[in-house]
Amino acid sequence: MKKPAHLGRALLASFLLTISGLALAVEFNQFRAEQSTLTFVSRQMGVPIDGRFGKFAVALSFDPARPANASARLDLDLASVDTGSKDANDEVVGKAWFNLKVFPGATFVATAVRPLGGERFELVGKLTIKGKTQDIAAPFTFRQEGANGVFDGAFTLKRLDFGVGDGAWSDVSTVANEVQIKFHIVAAPAAARK
Amino acid sequence: MPASRYTRTAIALHWLMAVLLIGLFGVGTYMSDLPVSPQKLKIYSWHKWAGVTAFLLIAFRLAWRVGHRPPPLPESMPAWQQVAAHGLHHLLYLLMIAIPLSGWLMSSAKGFQTVYFGVLPLPDLVGKDKELGDLLKTVHTTLNYSLAALVLAHVGAALKHHLLDRDDILSRMLPFLARKG
Repeated sequence: MKKPAHLGRALLASFLLTISGLALAVEFNQFRAEQSTLTFVSRQMGVPIDGRFGKFAVALSFDPARPANASARLDLDLASVDTGSKDANDEVVGKAWFNLKVFPGATFVATAVRPLGGERFELVGKLTIKGKTQDIAAPFTFRQEGANGVFDGAFTLKRLDFGVGDGAWSDVSTVANEVQIKFHIVAAPAAARK
Repeated sequence: MPASRYTRTAIALHWLMAVLLIGLFGVGTYMSDLPVSPQKLKIYSWHKWAGVTAFLLIAFRLAWRVGHRPPPLPESMPAWQQVAAHGLHHLLYLLMIAIPLSGWLMSSAKGFQTVYFGVLPLPDLVGKDKELGDLLKTVHTTLNYSLAALVLAHVGAALKHHLLDRDDILSRMLPFLARKG
């Protein structure tokens, strides 16, 4: 009568493995636009100015246990920019800056997500603004808040790499070349599809 | 016996601030209608830095004045003119303090922190608030036109004393004008 006991234990073990495997394989792929923010800090004459983008969409799939399988794409409506002042909002849509008539959107497509230990990861991908594409690497943290997954990260880009603010504005002593981008992306797990 | 003229320091501060404030007023009036450009951002920053400097100078000037009383007004001046002169001077000082403060608060309310010479950040005493920013802009502008009007009265009174009353009011602040004998 030993075998059934072994069998029972083996069954229990495999059952536990299966549910723990299921628990780990939570995949976050339901973008929550209303809880997510995309903000930036530009510098004018050495003064930091907070700005934000109001409208963007993210298509993602992320399992913290399997970051190598992650995918992400962000589509940004540049017309939704708020630079922090009306003057600058009117200016930034123009040809020297975003040239919205020709380039209404910007995109980011992830090419890899690397684990950095614990809740820290690195997002690598290609950012396209104004028809110019650059490789970007952004460290981020991933946390679960309730059922949702929350991604918080930041990176600094050089606006002139994308031809943003050329001509007279390419003088970086007035508007700095470096712009810090901060993202706070909230996604629900696949199971929570509604 | 009380001094017959202002101290060298008081005279230097007076004329330095006269030049600075006239410059600030001119630049401030000019810059607000400029189209957005790198030049505009630079002019705004310089205006703010010069405004902070004016505030520091007026603070020093008041402290100096406490320790070095100005020469008394001539006894030949009618009492009402003495009262008017003191009143006008008090208003000038009040505006020289209030104007840079209103500019600093306006800048904060409009979301642009003041960073003195791009190096020393001044705290934002008020948060970003569009309505407050618009209100403070009106306050800043109104105070400036008030100061401009008072400065004209101040200059007019000084000239009247020098040219019509032929007393030593103006030469107390401009010693080279002192009449011989």
